[in-house]
Amino acid sequence: MREIYDRLKHLFPLGELTEQRPDLAFVTLPAEFLRSALLHLRDQEGFTHLVLLTAVDWLEDGQFQLTYLLSNRTQARDIGLRVMIPRDAATMEGIHDVWPTAATYQRELREMFGIDFPGSPGVNDDFILEGWHDIPPYRRDFDTKKYAEENFSQRPGRATTDPAQHMKEQLYPGEA
Amino acid sequence: MVYTPDRSQYPAKKPDGTLDIDLASGKYLKLWQGPNHPGITGNMSVELTVCGDEVVAGKTHVGYLHRGFEKLMERRTFIQCFPIVCRICVPEPDFNEYCYAAAVEELAGIQVPVRANWIRTLILEMGRINSFMMYFGGQAGALGQGVIGQWTTYVRDLMLDRFEELTGARIYHMFILPGGVRDGLPEGFEQRMEETLREIESTMKDVYDVMFCNAVFKKRTVGVGVIDPSWIDAYGVTGPNARGAGVAKDVRKDQPYLVYPELDFEPVIGHDSDIFTRADVRRRDALASVDLIRQILAKMPRTGALMAEVPNVLHWKIPRGETYIRGECSRGEYGYYLVTDGSGYPRRVNVRGPSYTHAMALLERMIVNLNISDVAALMVSLHTYPPEIER
Repeated sequence: MREIYDRLKHLFPLGELTEQRPDLAFVTLPAEFLRSALLHLRDQEGFTHLVLLTAVDWLEDGQFQLTYLLSNRTQARDIGLRVMIPRDAATMEGIHDVWPTAATYQRELREMFGIDFPGSPGVNDDFILEGWHDIPPYRRDFDTKKYAEENFSQRPGRATTDPAQHMKEQLYPGEA
Repeated sequence: MVYTPDRSQYPAKKPDGTLDIDLASGKYLKLWQGPNHPGITGNMSVELTVCGDEVVAGKTHVGYLHRGFEKLMERRTFIQCFPIVCRICVPEPDFNEYCYAAAVEELAGIQVPVRANWIRTLILEMGRINSFMMYFGGQAGALGQGVIGQWTTYVRDLMLDRFEELTGARIYHMFILPGGVRDGLPEGFEQRMEETLREIESTMKDVYDVMFCNAVFKKRTVGVGVIDPSWIDAYGVTGPNARGAGVAKDVRKDQPYLVYPELDFEPVIGHDSDIFTRADVRRRDALASVDLIRQILAKMPRTGALMAEVPNVLHWKIPRGETYIRGECSRGEYGYYLVTDGSGYPRRVNVRGPSYTHAMALLERMIVNLNISDVAALMVSLHTYPPEIER
């Protein structure tokens, strides 16, 4: 992986290479160089398979990490390109023209993380959620428990029993 | 009688390439296949726009099974995530367990005992056969052959018996946990497994005679639903869908994991890339799995540790890092992208199921120009499971 990194480094301002395994490495690069790096990896280095595109919410840093994982099957190796974008201006250029399947990932990221990909086909269509008005649910500051408590009521008739107390009452009635 | 679509009714293309579908013209009809329909794979639906009998556009809708697994896992400790992951794919849950466990082990620096790796491989191959057996029932059922599903469900049930005696559970096994596996093989397992494998081989022979040699099945599947080999990379096509198009994509060979380097097998491929070829690739792949199980049982060590030393799982913190683990499930590449931040909880778990690309972008592309009656057969032939899409 190191030789690919050295070749890429001449072309793009890359961050440090993280060699997770001999066949898997991650590298960070600025958002504006992503498209050319992807095209270079696809057309020159044989990374023709887009494995996945997903986001990681680094709430404390105020950033989203977008991970574009590419695979080169003939050489049996993978490279993950990390792009950091600000949480408060979460917009990224789409890559659906490079890999048509990326449109699905971008549509999901738009709904679940609120990251916009202007121009991506159907990016504003509902993917999984319908009529969602809260903050995007996969963001770290979305509190699932609080949302459930505010929007759903408890079914009546549910009671919680302390198992130790319950067994005591069953085994030694009158003493408990 | 050959179906000839009426092209005069076909919608024109707008300058941006999308179809100019004027629903008010009366030429087109919106037709929903699913979410509750015998001709749909699980709980998803396809919104079809039809012109006569021909589909002019299709859009996949998912969300009927969404439980937010990935979000749930961010609020749970690493061991609490373990019983959740298998729920992401009902017919073949073990890949979730393996990929999750392997990702945690890699980031935590845990070396899994050799014997556990053999048992993991055994479980994954058993699950693959189960998944294929469900597929044959669905594929034949989509074309009106109900009996095939009854036969394959019977042998799948026998395999579930083997799962039950090995893991204690039939569907969700929760057996491959971070660090190793729960237990070794019970006494006499090999013999009972051999009986099951023979029953599967015998049933697969019947399936071949009744399904693959059937004139109706051939007529309705040969040349229908062709995946162009150039779409393989564009749409991230993997597994039997890619192998049916002549691309020998098999993670077990390309990036071998577990004990696959020690097993003798070749990726099963086909060349015609239609529904028939994909079904045939899966039939041969199921038989290859039968052979792999025999090899595993013959070669696996009978003694040795089953679990590595793992920290106290209640206070388990994993250093910051990220990794991706993949395996070849019955439908293609199954992978887990795990990001940790040094705390006792995963920062992000992303599940890459093969259906994510097959049932969305690929299906929407392939469904155009198809006859309505072939939609179900096409959908099943892509072998998609909706929970992998919505997680």
